[in-house]
Amino acid sequence: MSDPIAVGYLRWIILAPLIGAAINGLLGTRIQKAAGKNAIAAIAIVPVLISFVLALNAFRQLLSLPADHRFLLDSVSRWIHVGHLRVDMAFWVDPLSAVMILVVTGIGGLIHLYSVGYMHEEPSFWRFFAYLNLFMAAMLTLVLGDSLLTLFVGWEGVGLCSYALIGFWYKEWANASAAAKAFLVNRVGDFGFIVGMFALFWGLDQTGQGTLVVREIAQRAHLLDGQLLWGIALPTFITMALFVGATGKSAQIPLYVWLPDAMAGPTPVSALIHAATMVTAGVYMIGRLNFLFSMAPATLHVIATIGVLTAFFAATIGVAQYDIKKVLAYSTVSQLGFMFIAMGVGAYSAGIFHLFTHAFFKACLFLGSGSVIHALHHEQDMRHMGGLRKYMPVTFSTFFVSTLAIAGMPPFAGFFSKDEILWQAFASPHGHWWIWLVGTITAGITAFYMFRQVFMVFFGEYRGAHGGHHDDAHGSHGAHHGHAVHHPHESPGIMTTPLIVLAAGAVLVGFLNVPGGLGGSHRFETWLAPVLEPAHEAPVHEPHGLVKKVEHAAEETLEHAEHDPLEYLLMVISVLVAGGGILLAWLMYVRGKIDPSFFSDAWAGVPYRTIFNKYYVDEIYEAVFVNGALGLSKMLAAFDRVIVDGIVNGVATLTRLVSQADGAFDKYVVDGIVNGVGAVTMWVGARARAVQTGHIYSYLYAIVIGFVVIMFARLL
Amino acid sequence: MPTNVLTWMIFLPLVGAIVVLCLPRNAANLIRGTATFFTIPPLIMAVWLYQHFDRATSDMQFVTKIPWIPSFNIQYFIGVDGISITMVLLTALLSFICIIASFGIEKAMKAYFALFLLLDAAMMGVFCALDFFLFFVFWEVMLLPMYFLIGIWGGPRREYAAIKFFLYTMVGSVLMLVAMLALYFYAEPHTFDLLELASRSGSYSTGFQRIAWIGLFIGFAIKIPAFPFHTWLPDAHVEAPTAISVILAGVLLKMGTYGILRINYPILPAATLDFAFYLLIALGTWNIVYGALCAMAQTDFKKLIAYSSISHMGYVMFGMATMTSEGINGAVLQMFNHGTVTAMLFLLVGVIYDRAHHREINGFGGLAGIMPFYTGWTALAFFAAMGLPGLSAFISEVLVLLGGWRSYPALTIVSASAVVLTAGYMLWTMQRIYLGKANEKYVGLPDINGREIFTLVPLGIIVVVLGVYPRPVLDLINASLVHLNQVVAGKAQVALATAGNMVP
Repeated sequence: MSDPIAVGYLRWIILAPLIGAAINGLLGTRIQKAAGKNAIAAIAIVPVLISFVLALNAFRQLLSLPADHRFLLDSVSRWIHVGHLRVDMAFWVDPLSAVMILVVTGIGGLIHLYSVGYMHEEPSFWRFFAYLNLFMAAMLTLVLGDSLLTLFVGWEGVGLCSYALIGFWYKEWANASAAAKAFLVNRVGDFGFIVGMFALFWGLDQTGQGTLVVREIAQRAHLLDGQLLWGIALPTFITMALFVGATGKSAQIPLYVWLPDAMAGPTPVSALIHAATMVTAGVYMIGRLNFLFSMAPATLHVIATIGVLTAFFAATIGVAQYDIKKVLAYSTVSQLGFMFIAMGVGAYSAGIFHLFTHAFFKACLFLGSGSVIHALHHEQDMRHMGGLRKYMPVTFSTFFVSTLAIAGMPPFAGFFSKDEILWQAFASPHGHWWIWLVGTITAGITAFYMFRQVFMVFFGEYRGAHGGHHDDAHGSHGAHHGHAVHHPHESPGIMTTPLIVLAAGAVLVGFLNVPGGLGGSHRFETWLAPVLEPAHEAPVHEPHGLVKKVEHAAEETLEHAEHDPLEYLLMVISVLVAGGGILLAWLMYVRGKIDPSFFSDAWAGVPYRTIFNKYYVDEIYEAVFVNGALGLSKMLAAFDRVIVDGIVNGVATLTRLVSQADGAFDKYVVDGIVNGVGAVTMWVGARARAVQTGHIYSYLYAIVIGFVVIMFARLL
Repeated sequence: MPTNVLTWMIFLPLVGAIVVLCLPRNAANLIRGTATFFTIPPLIMAVWLYQHFDRATSDMQFVTKIPWIPSFNIQYFIGVDGISITMVLLTALLSFICIIASFGIEKAMKAYFALFLLLDAAMMGVFCALDFFLFFVFWEVMLLPMYFLIGIWGGPRREYAAIKFFLYTMVGSVLMLVAMLALYFYAEPHTFDLLELASRSGSYSTGFQRIAWIGLFIGFAIKIPAFPFHTWLPDAHVEAPTAISVILAGVLLKMGTYGILRINYPILPAATLDFAFYLLIALGTWNIVYGALCAMAQTDFKKLIAYSSISHMGYVMFGMATMTSEGINGAVLQMFNHGTVTAMLFLLVGVIYDRAHHREINGFGGLAGIMPFYTGWTALAFFAAMGLPGLSAFISEVLVLLGGWRSYPALTIVSASAVVLTAGYMLWTMQRIYLGKANEKYVGLPDINGREIFTLVPLGIIVVVLGVYPRPVLDLINASLVHLNQVVAGKAQVALATAGNMVP
């Protein structure tokens, strides 16, 4: 890798929103009172805009460089230099992080804009935007940090912001619980991450080359080859531990449980954090360290397996949900599963590409659902929706387009990215046909439940007018209840504009990576090639780091030109399966040809109830881990109180008994002998009483003066 | 001032104590003002010290050395190096803050402030003393005011707590005294000079080193407090008034780990290597996990924080025991960071206790809506205690664990699991006290006031700044710790090599 090009502006991509967060967070109440909510909004949005412009500038600068020189570095200051550890506050942009910062600032900016409309009645408007900005800063730190430790700062930072935003309406106990759950489950992942990070540092340090700086790890990763920890190949250990971190942040089995509950937060938060950005952190981290994961085929197999299982199980849960946001939440978990399939089969750029397209259509879907929820005064149950197509044309059309994209219909964005993943799952040396098969079935289920949602929400007749109000998701929107029940209305322009932009993205961004088989040139993949190992590369690790890969990149592009006819076949199959899913949804929810109860009653409803109750995973976790930890803690606390402290008190009691016995001996035996001396003692005692005044002050004087005298008597 | 600065820092509070005692009993503001006045110069001197401290050397600085009791070769010998200067800074800061935090004390306030200043002087003395006898004198002097401060101004079970604290520490003192005298007589010519004792460490047999090490260690372990000598701490904290809790957790606990670094490590290096590798690391790990789990089960807010202190002090022991540059730097940094973070936590418990007059975690609910600023401060302290990146404790914990991995990967993983446990009890507490529906009983409770915020602001700033930029402390301590590490490793080898010839 060539030397980085030093620049000084990358830090401002992070600092701008951080300053915004600081201003709104510290002075927000006053600003909101004095200058109104628009001032708050401006303070929050302008920094994001600055970040976006700077991100664009970084991207432009990268474009102007030859492919293997695309690397900008902004070293701010020394951070931790202790022992062998050398970590600086430094931020870098390479093709991979450039994509990420554009997604984060671009989509994040749109969501900020949307939030101005969505949250306009919120009394703590300032607090919301302070958190949003803080989140942006944390996410950008995660992306731009040049070492694993700086990355981890952002990694935990987004967890914190997620906690704050899920629990934004903290007066509801359920929201507070969801927030704590999200943070805790993420912490389990973080635990894995730090273990992986320590093991990695240690492995390199044993060869005298310890580092946590990503580009140095890339150059030195080959040193880990052949090292063992407890009989496990070190690269496998490291990547497995890091992957645990990824399952936390990116909501994969077994740590996905926090994400559906995270929907307790305001809807823009769901769009920003729990769909478009934060949850992609795990995928990004694996992409960032892809050279390490490529050294550990065993880990890759685990990742692919976990990915495909998560995709499948989450999709099945999505089928049975009625909450408009919960459906989207499970679809996010499922789509993240697809990204992990890609990572697991070594098709890193395909995974990142799906991350990229997913950000657009999922943000659009979430914001669209927010628009619906907003219009229906915080109704989230799809059974009380319907027919909204007529009332909310913009929301409907953007939602519809994004649904087509997530369902993988050509030529929408999701088609290109998902098909690339399925193809790689089949064709990559790390892939396997069963992964492809389950993935394709999952794509069909996805199409079904997403169109089920579209049909239930936007088609048919409006079912909400007579249903009255249902439980708000939160408590602080009492103002809404003043509205009379009337027809839903389209959301204001500040909310629909972001929808339109995102929907346009859902249509267009797929064309950035048209595969060779369809006459494209994989431009996205080529752009990432200097960073990400191409999928077709043999699983054998490339010892010379990144430089070699750039050379491969050119060959790769050529390789794509000779496409496999099988690729077309699989493509057609997956489109047909997805089409089948849509058709089924149409028959069930528009035409009414198939009664949904047909499925819910099948086999006495056991499979349906299992899915409806999310496989009872929450209940199992609660019983095993939460109660297990609490039980253990109560046990230890009792041990501490009864045994440890009991011994202490026991010793004290014993001492007292001995002293009493001794005292008795003293009184009746020893004292008997010296009784005669007693008179003298009494006499002295009467005179000495003056000293023992019983006043604390007198003692104090004695202590202090005595101390001073001792100290100075010898000095003088 | 330059050469005597440490002497001034030690004895000005003592002068303050005497002056306070001379004031009229009812002049409340005069007493408060005077007490505050005598903690300000040490604080200014601390800043001066920080600026003029030479970061490049591991030698003692600002040294004063005069004979005190020549017949026993006892000296008034004080000075600071990288290890002690952080503690001196912490003591100066927390003493000032705690005086302010004590303004609410009404019962026998003259005595309270006098005792407090005496405590301040003794703490300073412990961290500056370089003569073992002097160290011991300060160590014992510190006990006395602490005993009275808990025993007189404490809660309902104050007498039990105070006596427990006192006796526990006395047991440690006795062992320390024996070990001190053993070292004194073992050295030829007899001396209490810590540097002198350290320079002769090569001549101590391993058997002698081990016995002396254990004696000293138990004395210090009680202060840390290390399991199983920790049960005095929750009781003392629960009963102690807020400011005393702050001092107790913020400064006094550090004396235990400081003592080990100052005395056990350089003077008994061979035993240190022996025991550090087993005892210290095991106790450190156990403290971390055990403390966290015990904290989770507490229903008293203050007891919970007390157990969290036990857990966090475990990191210090763990880092010290790793004998790596990262670990030992992390340990001393953690001593400083824990001092600031836990001080915030205890101050914050005090805020709510002053208003609600109880600390039952389940007895609150929804305070965020009633006291938003108070909640904001608590959130900062809680997340700092959780070791959130960007806040100070994160860096020290990472350094400790990173250093630990080299020798003890399995124990490091066990210790690191505390990140989940800590988050668990902190967030659960957060939720029960601050989130959810507002408890009707406490609607209208006044938010945190200016004086309380004033005590929190400096700590908050330090927590944030050191999280982003830890160099101010790391640069202070690094040279001394690297040196100490080398000394221990090097001397221990010499001692172990020659140990065969020496029979104790």
